[in-house]
Amino acid sequence: MQKNARSMYFVSGNEPKMLQNAPVFDPDSIVIDLARRVPATEKDSARILVKEALRFLDYSNVEVIVRINPLSSEYGLKDVKTIAPVKPYAFMIPKARAEDIQALANLLSEIEKAQGFEEESIKLIPMIDNIVGLESVHSTINASSRVTAAFLNAEDLAADYGSKRTKEGDEILYARSKVSMACRAAGIEVIDTPYMDINDSEGLEMDTEKANLLGFTGKAAIDGRQVETINIVFDASLKQAAFPQTYI
Amino acid sequence: MKNAAGVELPEFIKGYGEVKPFAGAFAGYGQVRKVAVRLDSVQPGKTKLLESIDEAIEKVNLRDGMTISFPSHLRNGDYVINQVMEVIAAKGIRDLHLAATHIFPIHEPLVDYIKRGVVTGLSASYISPGAVAKAIMKGYLKNPAVLRSHGGRPRAIEGGELHIDVAFIGAPTADAYGNINGVQGKAACGTLSYGIADAEYADKVVVITDNLVPYPACPIEISQDYVDYVVTVDSIGDPSGIVSGTLSVTKDPVGLRIASLAAQFIDEAGYIKDGMSFQSGAGGTSLAVTAEVRKRMKEKKVVGSFAAGGVTGYIVDMMNEGLFRSVFDVQCFDLKAIASYRDNPKHQGMSGSLYGNPNTKGALVNNLDIMILGATEIDTDFNVNVITGSDGIIMGGSGGHNDTAAGSKLAIIVTNLIKGRLPVVKSKVTTVATPGETVDVLVTERGIAINPRRSDLIEKLKDSALPLVPIETLREMAERLTGVPKPIPFSDEIVAVVEYRDGSVIDVVKKPLD
Repeated sequence: MQKNARSMYFVSGNEPKMLQNAPVFDPDSIVIDLARRVPATEKDSARILVKEALRFLDYSNVEVIVRINPLSSEYGLKDVKTIAPVKPYAFMIPKARAEDIQALANLLSEIEKAQGFEEESIKLIPMIDNIVGLESVHSTINASSRVTAAFLNAEDLAADYGSKRTKEGDEILYARSKVSMACRAAGIEVIDTPYMDINDSEGLEMDTEKANLLGFTGKAAIDGRQVETINIVFDASLKQAAFPQTYI
Repeated sequence: MKNAAGVELPEFIKGYGEVKPFAGAFAGYGQVRKVAVRLDSVQPGKTKLLESIDEAIEKVNLRDGMTISFPSHLRNGDYVINQVMEVIAAKGIRDLHLAATHIFPIHEPLVDYIKRGVVTGLSASYISPGAVAKAIMKGYLKNPAVLRSHGGRPRAIEGGELHIDVAFIGAPTADAYGNINGVQGKAACGTLSYGIADAEYADKVVVITDNLVPYPACPIEISQDYVDYVVTVDSIGDPSGIVSGTLSVTKDPVGLRIASLAAQFIDEAGYIKDGMSFQSGAGGTSLAVTAEVRKRMKEKKVVGSFAAGGVTGYIVDMMNEGLFRSVFDVQCFDLKAIASYRDNPKHQGMSGSLYGNPNTKGALVNNLDIMILGATEIDTDFNVNVITGSDGIIMGGSGGHNDTAAGSKLAIIVTNLIKGRLPVVKSKVTTVATPGETVDVLVTERGIAINPRRSDLIEKLKDSALPLVPIETLREMAERLTGVPKPIPFSDEIVAVVEYRDGSVIDVVKKPLD
């Protein structure tokens, strides 16, 4: 993942209008979702739609990441095999384990070779979305050099340990800290969970500042309106970082 | 012959007459003459209050071939046209020209009168999508419909081109001697601006009210000296029908992106400053621009001179916050605007003529700095279509579009680049309503195009970080996504004539081939 990828905008893989309009909000990356937002009856058509969108639409100013279905489902591998030949920037892997990452890395090597792509040109972004994934984050993100970032999905994670999400986010403090430190130690980008109230721009700003303070390098957006705020917060932080102060 | 908008026109249109081709947005100014009014003076002691619409039609001696007018602010809540036309049709009167301000779906009964020859001519400033628009497109109307702007309609009335034999004016409140206002009564709609020219210039004026009050019906907006008769009915309309579009700021992220870009442009162009004047439409994206402008005015502690237009509560709030010193109102769009117009002397009504008539000693649009407008199509010469849809069917009208574009210092079109899988920016619009020479900027979610005629703006924003691109680039972007739509096949039959605000013909609408 490019350095300083601040905003990661999620759009549904079964909605052509969203696929078309996603770049206009100037996110650093977009995540085209084939998993959660696409009902089972539309999995096949969405996969084809996304493949064609990547071929046809102008995504030259954004990194395109495709969130595949879990590899344990009947769709996950189909997603990878269909989309990889049109060379997305990366695949986002839900419920990722180290062995999944390694298996996918091997599969992508084969596809890249067959397509004539440069080795490791397609990256992997594990999604940290359950307790086991959280506790094994270190091994997951270090399972392949294709892993350039990790994404904390706190909604699913909190649900996994039976917690209720709040705007303040105290319930995910441990998860945020653990994931961000593991990624920082591994030298990769780390993307924070989205702020779910799309109409609360002040809350989004505070939540983004919190993520930034905890070491996240970027944050997910679930609405085009959130992108600008996220970019502004991370830009401000970068400016501050340019002038380090030594207290000790 | 070809007019200055590049549209091929015949020299004569049957049922309309000789065509005066559009010669440029500012070619119609100069010395003009208004017509004298014929009226029957009223002696003391004479009563004006009649028993029924039927009696009024008898008293005004309505005959075949006359022009009747229906200025209305109740839009899709208007009951007056249908009630009056029902009586007229029952009396066997035919071949009428109906000079409305707006036609909405509620006026569907007109289709039958058109088919039966009761109504053979129709003019309006706005014809919304619906049965009447479809009937016009099918060629049921004997003579072509005529579309005039909000300023062009009173200009035509005052200049004698649109001579009204009888005006039927719906009045939310009236007294028995013909004084009326729009701020009281169950159908209160606020200002009665559009009816002022009709009242002043029609041979006969019939007020129709559902709220007859003791004399005088203060605050009087149209006064007794213009009114021949007063008729009471159960209801003149449903004011909830005024709201035909959205009146809240859009939550669509693309619309908000457009609004944000537009406001940034206005700011960088130097128009957010003390004394500024501003108008926008009532659509969701236009209101979002207003919201962004509001934010920037507050940040800069700017006090504007006035906001104008069809007025919403949002604009009223801005005035009450001290962001504008006053409001000029030609159409109240909601209850807050109606109450403000009634109670606040800074909330000023204006006639359609004052609003946009070019043949006056200065319409209000001449004082507008910033105008935010929509478009169904815009071409690479910046000509704008707000008349026909992608299927070539009438779905609107200029309203105040070409009046405000001509008058304002900065006319900005805000629109999605693609609507309904069709490109909005095209090589040639289907119908020209507003000439490109009066449009300064196009703002879309994918880029902003400045009209090359505005070299001052191009120079001023040359170092801007805004996504400024030639309009050709926007057309290419749109067509790359949608392809180039096949042209709509039209017949040669002209079903509507589009007049520019000065009365010249800027375009015609032809009947599509089946």
